[in-house]
Amino acid sequence: MMDKNVIVSIKNVNKIYGGENHVVKDLNLDVYEGEFLTLLGSSGCGKTTTLRMIAGFEEITSGSITVEGEDIANKEPFERNVNTVFQSYALFPHMTIYDNVAYGLKMKKTSKEEIAKRVPEMLDLVQLGGFEKRYPSQLSGGQKQRVAIARALINRPRVLLLDEPLGALDLKLRKQMQLELKRLQRRLNITFIYVTHDQEEALSMSDRIAIMNNGVLEQVDVPEKIYEEPQTQFVATFIGETNIFEGCIESINGNNVGITLESGSVTAQTDRQFECGELVILSIRPERIRYSESPVEGFNLRGKIKEQVYVGSVLKTIIVLPNGHEVRLERLAGQKIPVSGDVYVYWAPSDIKVIHSDSNNIFKALDNIVLG
Amino acid sequence: MTKHNFRSNTLPSVIMVGPVVLWLVFFIAIPLLYVAVMSFCSIDESYNIVFRFTTVNYKRLCDINYVQIYGQSILIAVLTTIVCILLAYPFSFLIARTTSKSKAFLYMLVIIPFWTNSLIRIYGWRTFLGTSGWLNMLLMKIGLVDSPVNMLFKRGTTVLGMVYCLFPYMVLPLYTAIEKLDKSLLEASSDLGAKGPQTFFRVILPLTSSGIFSGSIMVFIPTLGYFFVSDILGGGNSDVIGNLIERQFQSGNNWPLGAALSIILIVITLLLVKLYQKCGGDMESLGV
Repeated sequence: MMDKNVIVSIKNVNKIYGGENHVVKDLNLDVYEGEFLTLLGSSGCGKTTTLRMIAGFEEITSGSITVEGEDIANKEPFERNVNTVFQSYALFPHMTIYDNVAYGLKMKKTSKEEIAKRVPEMLDLVQLGGFEKRYPSQLSGGQKQRVAIARALINRPRVLLLDEPLGALDLKLRKQMQLELKRLQRRLNITFIYVTHDQEEALSMSDRIAIMNNGVLEQVDVPEKIYEEPQTQFVATFIGETNIFEGCIESINGNNVGITLESGSVTAQTDRQFECGELVILSIRPERIRYSESPVEGFNLRGKIKEQVYVGSVLKTIIVLPNGHEVRLERLAGQKIPVSGDVYVYWAPSDIKVIHSDSNNIFKALDNIVLG
Repeated sequence: MTKHNFRSNTLPSVIMVGPVVLWLVFFIAIPLLYVAVMSFCSIDESYNIVFRFTTVNYKRLCDINYVQIYGQSILIAVLTTIVCILLAYPFSFLIARTTSKSKAFLYMLVIIPFWTNSLIRIYGWRTFLGTSGWLNMLLMKIGLVDSPVNMLFKRGTTVLGMVYCLFPYMVLPLYTAIEKLDKSLLEASSDLGAKGPQTFFRVILPLTSSGIFSGSIMVFIPTLGYFFVSDILGGGNSDVIGNLIERQFQSGNNWPLGAALSIILIVITLLLVKLYQKCGGDMESLGV
């Protein structure tokens, strides 16, 4: 990513509604040319507001947004070289598909001949060739979405903004459109900024994912890193299924740390900086947890197998620790596993992620001082 | 089985629909029929109605003096409609787009005049605009004019009164149409490079044209019949068809001729509504 050009740069952006509703908090984000960046978060996290600020539908309370190095704060939406695909499609109901797609070109005073050439090309690209004379009300949801995409892309924007474009489609169509969107983006090499609350969608389509929570950007990274290396407790729990333990750093030996939990002690490997006595959050994916009948070195965590559920490809197991905490495991089905009785829970130390605890602000503050 | 039970639990259809039908027959169908029959009746020397078939009433409708007044009616109605659109559109836009608090207030501004008799309100205008009225007094006080300006009894005054009376009928359908307008369409238009006026003429206006259309029908048709406005403010200089009808039933005492004029007005109304439907107008937004 280092060698790529920054196309959209968001610097210290805040958005406050009515003087008190702080929707976006000090957002810093660089979007690279040609990448597919997803803003991911639950509803109300500020992702759509961020997108609307880039498009020009919302004013920035403070901070700056630049597109291709140019500050866009004082530019009207029609002066910005970005286009938006709306969640509600926002097709003009009184115009044919042809006129809808041609709208942007007409506004730019493009010649009739060129419009007549480019509109069918664009409709072919989204596989809607021959739909020119129809009206939006005669199309299905998926077709409307394609028209909305064609209408935005025909203007050859530098950046395409997509606001939950697949939200209203059924699951099967959504999967299909995800692939198509990705294909379009690769082919046209346009920067996509995509807003969604669907983590699976984000993981499967994005080059990078920016996770937002309560107006704060939690982490920006490639999907694998987001899943494997969550930086915050929110990211760890928001993406995929995970097991969360709270613990206290007991010993530090290079990258290896010993951690005491309420129900025992475990070992983890981390390249982050911690201090002895610091409260931490541990996150480990169900498929990375193992158990055995005999103790494993470095681990002292015992529990009882409560339940095993066979769901086809995997076998899900729930182990209850003495403090009542449930640990979820998944492993490929097919292996015979002894049910019931006490087992020792363990994992490869590098598989668990150690995260600074949100709940311990004193330690957070200390960290900031130590790390400068 | 259940369907049968359901049916037997409701009142017989005669009781359900009967009163409405009776009402319609007695208060709409029979009077209308009476007007139609009367329009073909004659009068004797002492202006009594004689039930003798004649088409003379309809022939008199083609009299040049009457035709002039039809033309004048239509001119006044067209002017009233245009002025109403020009005034009501921005106003409706304002109501439809402002926050809920001032929205209710603005809406009330339109509704409140409905609660006072329009005849009284029109007399109010006459007092206001008269040579010794408040407006003239004010103009003289600030030295804009030396002697009172005669503002009454002109076609413009009649149009003013018509606009004043019928303005709410234009606002309500326009407000409904503008309210329905999806805000994201305006954003999409702007996003695709359209400036304000382009968005207005290419998106807002076409999508609210149904409101303009039904508002126009609801203003145009009553204007043709609002005789009291042109009587009080126009003083006989700007008559509409309504004045002709009123005069035949009152001073003229020629009921068959008045009936024929009424039939013409009804026919014009029906033709306009038919045209409105042909052009894709929605009958519901006319309150029908």
